[in-house]
Amino acid sequence: MAGKTINIKLKIWRQAGENKPGKFESYEVKDVSVDMSFLEMLDVLNENELKKGNDPIHFDHDCREGICGMCSLYINGKPHGPKHGITTCQLHMRTFNDGETIVVEPWRASAFPVLKDLVVDRTSFDRIMQAGGYVTVSTGGVPDANEIAIPKTVADEAMDAAQCIGCGACVAACKNASAMLFTSAKVSQLALLPQGGAERKRRAIAMVEQHDAEGFGACTNTGACEAVCPKEISISHIARLNREFTRASFSGNETDYQN
Amino acid sequence: MSLESKIPAGPLAEKWEKHKFNVKLVNPANKRKFNIIVVGTGLAGASAAATLAELGYNVDAFCFQDSPRRAHSIAAQGGINAAKNYQNDGDSVFRLFYDTIKGGDYRSREANVHRLAEVSTEIIDQCVAQGVPFARDYGGLLDNRSFGGAQVSRTFYARGQTGQQLLLGAYSALTKMVNTGKVKMHTRKEMLDVVTIDGAAKGIVTRDLVTGKVESHAGHAVLLCTGGYGNVFFLSTNAMASNGSAAWRAYKKGAKFANPCFTQIHPTCIPVHGDYQSKLTLMSESLRNDGRVWVPKDKKHAKITAAEAMKLPESERDYYLERRYPSFGNLVPRDVASRNAKMVCDEGRGVGVTGLAVFLDFADAIKRDGQKTIEAKYGNLFDMYKQITDDNPYEVPMMIYPAVHYTMGGLWVDYNLSTNVPGLYALGEANFSDHGANRLGASALMQGLADGYFVIPYTIGDYIATLPLGQAVDKSNPAFAQAEKEAQARIDKLLNIKGNQTPDDIHKKLGHIMWEYCGMSRNKEGLEKARGMIQELRKEFNKDLKVIGANEELNMTLEKALRLEDFLELGELMVIDAHNRSESCGGHFREESQTEEGEALRQDEEFSYVAAWGYEGEGKDPSLTKEDLVFENVKLTQRSYK
Repeated sequence: MAGKTINIKLKIWRQAGENKPGKFESYEVKDVSVDMSFLEMLDVLNENELKKGNDPIHFDHDCREGICGMCSLYINGKPHGPKHGITTCQLHMRTFNDGETIVVEPWRASAFPVLKDLVVDRTSFDRIMQAGGYVTVSTGGVPDANEIAIPKTVADEAMDAAQCIGCGACVAACKNASAMLFTSAKVSQLALLPQGGAERKRRAIAMVEQHDAEGFGACTNTGACEAVCPKEISISHIARLNREFTRASFSGNETDYQN
Repeated sequence: MSLESKIPAGPLAEKWEKHKFNVKLVNPANKRKFNIIVVGTGLAGASAAATLAELGYNVDAFCFQDSPRRAHSIAAQGGINAAKNYQNDGDSVFRLFYDTIKGGDYRSREANVHRLAEVSTEIIDQCVAQGVPFARDYGGLLDNRSFGGAQVSRTFYARGQTGQQLLLGAYSALTKMVNTGKVKMHTRKEMLDVVTIDGAAKGIVTRDLVTGKVESHAGHAVLLCTGGYGNVFFLSTNAMASNGSAAWRAYKKGAKFANPCFTQIHPTCIPVHGDYQSKLTLMSESLRNDGRVWVPKDKKHAKITAAEAMKLPESERDYYLERRYPSFGNLVPRDVASRNAKMVCDEGRGVGVTGLAVFLDFADAIKRDGQKTIEAKYGNLFDMYKQITDDNPYEVPMMIYPAVHYTMGGLWVDYNLSTNVPGLYALGEANFSDHGANRLGASALMQGLADGYFVIPYTIGDYIATLPLGQAVDKSNPAFAQAEKEAQARIDKLLNIKGNQTPDDIHKKLGHIMWEYCGMSRNKEGLEKARGMIQELRKEFNKDLKVIGANEELNMTLEKALRLEDFLELGELMVIDAHNRSESCGGHFREESQTEEGEALRQDEEFSYVAAWGYEGEGKDPSLTKEDLVFENVKLTQRSYK
């Protein structure tokens, strides 16, 4: 952990509120320790701005451990920045060069309206979940946890899908602003597990309908979502979602849910 | 005043069953006539909101994040304990109870802890039914591991993301009830006050974080599921926005605050590396299952780097935990591991540029089990470490140092999870009840979900059933307008100080005071000094705070300032409590009370009580009410991990 520092320039999207005009503003930050995280660099910039009497740059962030899904910056044209498989809060300044200009934008999608600066409204994701991203089971009266054996490979694959943190990078990367990777992660997790079996048809249809109603685009299999997903969720889950959706659309009832 | 814990009579193992029969029931058709407010949507809040709605209550749930799925419960890595005894290794409800009481250094209630152990098994069943993808073995049944010094394997896990998966399970239950219309979800809304009418909680005041609108919400009961207050230290493993304000506002409305000084300092975090640092990152405790903790034997090798450490011969290394605690070794409880790290660093044997770090070394484990095995167990943690520090833990030892992680103290609650303010409840980390002076690993998730899924749904009926039927809370009662006015006045005050120091400037100062004098090691003089310093800092805050912008917009500086104002008062109460408790217990180490070997020494005769503090007004000392702890089923012993 040496004391190396760099100077950087930033072009950051500023927007006072939803439906207000926005523009890029330029900033400089000097003596940035390369051990700083990207968000810590923004903290330093914001402290400087605040001391000068300027409103700090608003951005979403919370756990700063790459798990809450709150942080959401589009850095140099990529969601969560240039590195693979991490969130913005896990990006460190050693990734950048001395003198570099870094461009920072919010997620851009009509289903994610900008609230202020780099903060967007992702409640559309919650509404997709509310449409069916659950097993209808109430608290209590459930069987013993070991009642149903689930092959390890199946449980592991369900876990791969379940890791989605709902950050929205998939939408930000997609030329269609599609949220199919997000939607499929939940559909796939619950389609793989026996617990989710009873409702799999209803779930697939309801979640896709809500996805479309929110204004997210269709999937055209370009794979940009997988490339930027901080949890490296595979588009094979979208393939499973498509199968689930097709099967549900054709058979339309839940009596043959196991097929 | 005295505090009634309402612990049911009878043998320990029958108390909860009996109590469930004795609490009053609310007719299913009548539940829909009552509104419950749930603040916070972490494990405790989401599980409570979902379950109460399933029972028929109308629920309003609030969180300050943009989605309930982002609560900080999500960050828990290691796992969740449950007394399933699936491994046939001698676990039982009583053993989990015993381990938790002992681990908490005998400063928690027997009845609460036993209930926690009892319902732990139901939690796992519930989560599996929701589709939580716990780790499984090749036969398809659930896998377990030993965690945090437990001598049985009772920890269920989902890779290194157990908190995330459990929260997503609770979130899915909540989401399901939002879809039915029984839960109304309010996101990006932060609670600023509790509204009380005739001494009972009847609502809350919130600020909409996007529009700044201050408004009140009425309910027949209010549940605070708002987590802990570790961020009083500025640097902690908590999320950036985690705060103690809801609990603190409840305190100022008459709720007692219990054992505020009980803070857990977690031993395995990535060390601090600069003033700009915004938070500390926890490395899961499970790493201690295979990693060996050491520092150089001789001061002359202090501050060596991880690369230099590779060249230091075995004979020059001090594996101090293995040396001092031969039977538990690197798996001693968190408080013991943390204190020992501080001790060796205080002796001048710390490593890394700051000298405030110790090594956690996997070289032996990799040699023994192969890199593949270690990768399968800890791959994501090793990657995270490399991401942050640029050191590769497969090649060089990790550096770790203790950091504030969890607060065992919180709002005082009785056996029903009710505070002393009727209708006001506290669940999860926000209450004080189950972990005593030290929390065991993988027990926080257990408690949050126990409170929300399996305790409050029963116990809240005991209060709701006493309320008049069919009577909505009267929002025209002046108490609502008054609370809104006071909240607005606070906001206006902060916006108009127009000083020079940012909220972070002042928060960092508070953090330094707390860490120095009320951190891993505390003494009388230091605590007295700290109290004066905090009072001075509060004056500075009121004179020199800089917040810009308006209330009527997304204003994160204002949000920070509001939370900090409460931390500045809460910090003082922590210091007062630490000063009062002149014994050492669990995470609370008073230098005046230690054994000859430097271990924490309890003073059971004098301090076997819960210290519940009451607000007496601005500028006045808080009042202390003691709830005596009675132990009928365990014998108090000095903890020994030798």
